[in-house]
Amino acid sequence: MAEFFNGIVGLEDATFGYVVAALVHCVLLLHVVAVGALIFIWLERKVSGRIQDRLGPTRVGGKFGWLQTLADGIKLIAKEDVTPDGADRMLFKLAPYISFAASFAAFLALPFSDGWVANNINSAVFFVLAVLGLEVFGVILAGYASGSKWSLFGAMREAAQVVSYEIPLGLCVVVPVFLAGTMNLVTIGNMQAGWLSNWFVLHDPFTFCIFWIFFTCATASVNRAPFDLAEAESELVAGFHTEYSGLRWSFFFMAEYGSMFLVSGLGAILFFGGWNGPVPIMHIIGWADSGGLTGYLANLAGCLNFMLKATAGVTVMIWIRWTLPRLRIDQVITTCLKYCVPLASACFIGALCWEVLDIWSPNHLHLGSKPAYQVNEEWATIPRFPEPTNPGIPESGDVYENGPPRMPAEPGTEPIDGDTAAAGRVSDNKLFTSFSQEDTP
Amino acid sequence: MATKTDDQRIIEFDVRTDEMLINMGPQHPSTHGVLRLVLRTDGEIVSQVEPHIGYLHRCAEKIGENLTPRQWIPYTDRMDYLAGMNMNLGWSLAVEKLLEHQISDKARHLRVVIAELNRIASHLVGMGAYGLDLGTFSPFLYAFREREKILDLFEDACGARLTYSYLTPGGATADLPPGWLQSCEQFLDQFEPVIQEYHALLTTNAIFIKRTASIGVISRELAISYGCTGPVLRGSGVDHDLRFNGEEIYTEMYDGYVFEVVCEKDGEYPADEDYPDVPSEAVLGDCWHRFYVRMLEVIQSIKLVRQAMQRYSTASGDHGVPIKFNLKLPKGEAYLETEAPRGQMGFYLVSDGTAIPWRVRARSSSFCNLSITSEICQNCLIADIPAIVGSLDVVMGEIDR
Repeated sequence: MAEFFNGIVGLEDATFGYVVAALVHCVLLLHVVAVGALIFIWLERKVSGRIQDRLGPTRVGGKFGWLQTLADGIKLIAKEDVTPDGADRMLFKLAPYISFAASFAAFLALPFSDGWVANNINSAVFFVLAVLGLEVFGVILAGYASGSKWSLFGAMREAAQVVSYEIPLGLCVVVPVFLAGTMNLVTIGNMQAGWLSNWFVLHDPFTFCIFWIFFTCATASVNRAPFDLAEAESELVAGFHTEYSGLRWSFFFMAEYGSMFLVSGLGAILFFGGWNGPVPIMHIIGWADSGGLTGYLANLAGCLNFMLKATAGVTVMIWIRWTLPRLRIDQVITTCLKYCVPLASACFIGALCWEVLDIWSPNHLHLGSKPAYQVNEEWATIPRFPEPTNPGIPESGDVYENGPPRMPAEPGTEPIDGDTAAAGRVSDNKLFTSFSQEDTP
Repeated sequence: MATKTDDQRIIEFDVRTDEMLINMGPQHPSTHGVLRLVLRTDGEIVSQVEPHIGYLHRCAEKIGENLTPRQWIPYTDRMDYLAGMNMNLGWSLAVEKLLEHQISDKARHLRVVIAELNRIASHLVGMGAYGLDLGTFSPFLYAFREREKILDLFEDACGARLTYSYLTPGGATADLPPGWLQSCEQFLDQFEPVIQEYHALLTTNAIFIKRTASIGVISRELAISYGCTGPVLRGSGVDHDLRFNGEEIYTEMYDGYVFEVVCEKDGEYPADEDYPDVPSEAVLGDCWHRFYVRMLEVIQSIKLVRQAMQRYSTASGDHGVPIKFNLKLPKGEAYLETEAPRGQMGFYLVSDGTAIPWRVRARSSSFCNLSITSEICQNCLIADIPAIVGSLDVVMGEIDR
């Protein structure tokens, strides 16, 4: 996109194009978060209404009350922005923005379709989880700065809960990552192209199990019922956002719904093929990766596909919220440490063994066929099992016969002396460079 | 939590935190109105709970000393506002006891129909609100959906949906309208299978059991010593129900009815294949048992309503003539306790021979049930407080009067 803008302006300096492209990406993503929150809050109302034998909103915006959230938003903007006397004013005002910014920033690495991502970073999975984890800072700050005991309780609960659930969540996410051999979400999604059987959730029994653990932990890490202890309304009044009103309060909600969509989307990409449908229609008719208008349409269909999957995840979270009672704080931590972590570890090891022993799987990667996906020109893909290209390490015998391995030297520096260990060091560097050069078309 | 120990290693690494006093209420979502609980907490652990009451005091008893018994009926509605019919009934029976007034069979059965229907409605609110206390919203609305139908029936009978003033000393203000029994029958047929939904969503729900089983255990002796009554007492395994064990003027209302007192006898509840099993985690007298007793009492009440409707339609007499507004009361005093949904509701009146009682006093079941809070809420978690107070199912209007 940056090249496109540079082409229009015709400048030699590429900075302008990158700035404009970044702005466009940001505005698009901001709309995903803000409009997404609007839609999901409306969805939650409608779904909860149906679950509870009610109608939900019916009037605002004509049919189905689809503008209800917007009307509420206008109400929230019009409300007085109250800061309690006992509050730490600066932190109190800052907290909702931190929460929202964390939730929003994680979208930067979330692809919506093949290549439709603001920033295609190779460690996207890690980035999303790390940035999502920052959301808890906003909540803790809000609870701490409110000067209310109930808020403080909510913040402490959130801190304990999120820190606990990061562990099993990380364990769950690692499984599709090692199946794909990359942390790049675009690549992980593309590896599941083709038929339904290519989805990682059907890769082996362990990945199937670990998806449910992932979903549980994801629900907990975005503070949805039955893990919504930080805002447990029957115990802590409203938890960490007790003292918030108006627009600031709504920022917490946008962050919450943004995170819900984010973890559902992450689950969709890691386990359910992302933008690839159960039937590769776009591949069959040859539109996928064809470039031009048809390629664009194929991507658009993929985007819709992804949105549907993520929305399905959000809907299940809503469904759970309106059905189950809330757990107690000790039970939440017990669920995590006694059940989720051991189960996730067991599944992790199981999936690892399955992969290493190469037991049968419906996934194309195991059937020996060529991958159904094609490497997009723009988006580099790392092959799953790179050929060992290191002549420095002998095929057999003691690997360390030339002495213990050392830290690789800075590229370009000469070996200090001609001892035997230097040869291994150079070849190490060779391995590293060959890896990145050969695999990038 | 700070522990007392002689082990120096533990003391050394014991992280000590300050205790904190927190007001839960009177403006708090799960204190069932305007109850104020002062919690002394150490982190999430509550070491002491002290209930403060009086935020809904409306001098109802003093007003009763300035009104005739029939004029005071609307004030009884506002005591336990979820079971107005049972409040009317308690006061009416107390006044009738003083007057030594006999009512017709038809009025008697009418009262059973109305009182038991109101018990169902009241337990539905208790059940739904308990779900709210535990953080699930939908059962509350499912409960209210069915309660609305009962309120519709009451509206047909007396014109009001919450404060009925329907049962009065002498009988009831009006007879049931034509077709009412059929609509009631229709409601019961539709309602009975719905109870399974509540069992699925709450009683047998794993999270619900985890939140309520072995929490807030009231032993048999403790329940008796604190004067707990109603489902709180029966949840502790005490076989006591004024419909069986009460005074004759009250028990004769239920003469010939077939129903059971719901409480654990010999480790089992009254047998019925539709009842879910008691989970292994549950201890007699815990929150789960109190909730379960209410759920089973609903089923008993349905049985009672069916029988009462049968008898009402064949009984002789009329719905009873309400006593005159300015009827002179005989000199003397009367005290009568009835089995309201939340326990034993007693009314006491002393007359000096005029139309206005000299002294009026009400004995509230919720008051005694609530008094046990500070005893059973020691060393529990904050999240257990709504679970325990909710399982006592108190109505502040009845406590403060």
